[in-house]
Amino acid sequence: MKKVSFPYMGTSYIPFERLLKDFGNKVIVPPRPTEETISYGTKYAPEFACYPFKIVLGTYVQVLEAGADTLVSSGGVGPCRAGLYTALQEKILQELGYEFEMITLEPPGRHFRDLLQNIKKLINTRLTLRDYISISRFAWKQLVLLDKVERLSHKTRPLEINKGDSTRAYKKCVEMIAGAEKYVDFKEIERESELLYEAVEKRDYDPLKIGIVGEIYVLMEPFSNLEIEEMLGELGVYVERSMFLSEYTISNAVMDLFHMAGERDAKKMAAPYFKEMCGGHGRESVGNSVIFAKRGFDGIIQLSPFTCIPEIVAKSILPKVCKEHGLGFLTISLDEQTGKEGLRTRLEAFVDLLMAKRKKAGTLTVKSQVAKEMA
Amino acid sequence: MAYYLGVDVGSVSTNLVLIDEDGVLEEAIYIRTQGNPIRAVQEGMKQLSFRNKGKWDVKGVGATGSGRQLAGVIVGADVVKNEITAHAVAALREDTDVQTVLEIGGQDSKIIIIRDGIVTDFAMNTVCAAGTGSFLDQQANRLNIPIEEFGNYALKSKNPVRIAGRCAVFAESDMVHKQQLGYKAQDIIRGLCEALVRNYLNNIAKGKEIRPRIVFQGGVAANAGMKAAFEDALEEEIHIPQHYDVMGAIGAALLAKDAEVSKTQFKGFGLSDMNFTADSFECSGCPNHCEVINIKMEGKVIARWGDRCNKWKIVDNGVA
Repeated sequence: MKKVSFPYMGTSYIPFERLLKDFGNKVIVPPRPTEETISYGTKYAPEFACYPFKIVLGTYVQVLEAGADTLVSSGGVGPCRAGLYTALQEKILQELGYEFEMITLEPPGRHFRDLLQNIKKLINTRLTLRDYISISRFAWKQLVLLDKVERLSHKTRPLEINKGDSTRAYKKCVEMIAGAEKYVDFKEIERESELLYEAVEKRDYDPLKIGIVGEIYVLMEPFSNLEIEEMLGELGVYVERSMFLSEYTISNAVMDLFHMAGERDAKKMAAPYFKEMCGGHGRESVGNSVIFAKRGFDGIIQLSPFTCIPEIVAKSILPKVCKEHGLGFLTISLDEQTGKEGLRTRLEAFVDLLMAKRKKAGTLTVKSQVAKEMA
Repeated sequence: MAYYLGVDVGSVSTNLVLIDEDGVLEEAIYIRTQGNPIRAVQEGMKQLSFRNKGKWDVKGVGATGSGRQLAGVIVGADVVKNEITAHAVAALREDTDVQTVLEIGGQDSKIIIIRDGIVTDFAMNTVCAAGTGSFLDQQANRLNIPIEEFGNYALKSKNPVRIAGRCAVFAESDMVHKQQLGYKAQDIIRGLCEALVRNYLNNIAKGKEIRPRIVFQGGVAANAGMKAAFEDALEEEIHIPQHYDVMGAIGAALLAKDAEVSKTQFKGFGLSDMNFTADSFECSGCPNHCEVINIKMEGKVIARWGDRCNKWKIVDNGVA
């Protein structure tokens, strides 16, 4: 039986584990990245590689040590180094003496046949059409629910009276979702999750709203962004990030298959500033900032791995975009630092700045769309 | 009369100030942190209490700087604020027309953009140490010139030498090479100031609209060569506030004053004689193995941090 593993990113390991198991594989669940992970990553990666590359490479070393013989990763297109990274990682790991098979899942629009062949390699049991339907239905629902409870934590955290309540509720929800056995269980879990958040004691006020844009890995994996969402939430800020895995899967797998542009809104909104794609999520960062502005947000934070070219391109445009839309703007470059204090200083100052701006505009009491959504 | 205490614990210096009800500076103390913020704060409190025998009626305390959390629990701060806000508050109080604050401290540098009296944008160096006070200190040391005279040397130069400013490592090797070719120290120093200013404007201040009135504060503002290099590059007059080296602490004190707390948490000047210790343990709750730090006052834990997950964060009023 194949022993399969994959990169760790947020809570996505939960549906992936289930999916791969149902396909008849033994799954080595990747550990949450830690300082040990980065130590491996920085030791074996080229010095100039970006932070996500190093974390993923470190994770591969950890799972190979744990006995994995097959690694699954998503590929990429366009001028971002990450598109080449799987090939490079494969080479580095081979040189280190590991024996394994690397399976890269490319976006279906351009490499449909490759993708099917690669997926076939991961299916190691006899399944009927009915099985396929029920397996994918389960994994999809799990993914959607994980995103939902995370969004709820973002909405609840700035309002909580007892610090940490929302984080605890969130962790419990994730545990429940991960523990689901059958599709029907989700109904109960969804209700219970909502109740858990309802039970958190809340204040009644209109929090500052900050939208987070940037490169996908540092956006989605809290270890790599020093848990920025939690930090902001505890400063009393409602945070929304521009990307969630379920939406990302729709735009990059489903829409791509039918040659429809994913994240069309973001691309359309970016059009006045950005006519070409620049790889990675540079254009989406700009477009999503405009969308946040139209929805009445107070500020934008851009997260980028140090030296990430697409985000550097976006970074040169975003100050102008934010100025035109009257938003505060802060850019944060992430690398292997794990000290949180420097980030906290900047976030606190950014929050002070946005608060002062609101006070001046006299909009402290105006409830925007998000506040209504939250009510 | 009521007084307000401001404490700014930075990586290189720890500053304490006392201001009166009208925001006028009464006392200022500047101490090198030397990697021991607890001792630095206690030493500062001791020196303060020697003056006027600690007879000040302190109504509020503010803490700022990278060591603000620690300073806050030791002194008993009513307001704990980031140094960006503190510097902006102090600059604005000194000069209400200020639109740009350039601040260069020991380990970091920042730019704060102010319009109509509120902060509208800021940036702080993230991944580069070039252009900070520590680097200038180190170079002065290497050239065997007292840091206090370093800036004046730069002013004597008529033919500045071009020094690479992008990175401290490049700058240093460039300086060494040019020194070995026989260039005069003053020309190299002037070249270094220009390089650091170039780096600052190109890196931290990139894309920011620098409008007058421009205020330059932080320890490096003492360096006349840096001021001149900024004036050359920006073609604007640069103003240096009287208490440029303790602006963060003044800001913290002003924030404490504005907070109008009814009863201060201030532990009193006697805290310099108290026994503060810090010890740590490794949490084995997950593979992160966080180093958790206990701050103890007279043997009792008064604060705890260092854990990524906040598991140990909650401290029940010293009972732990």
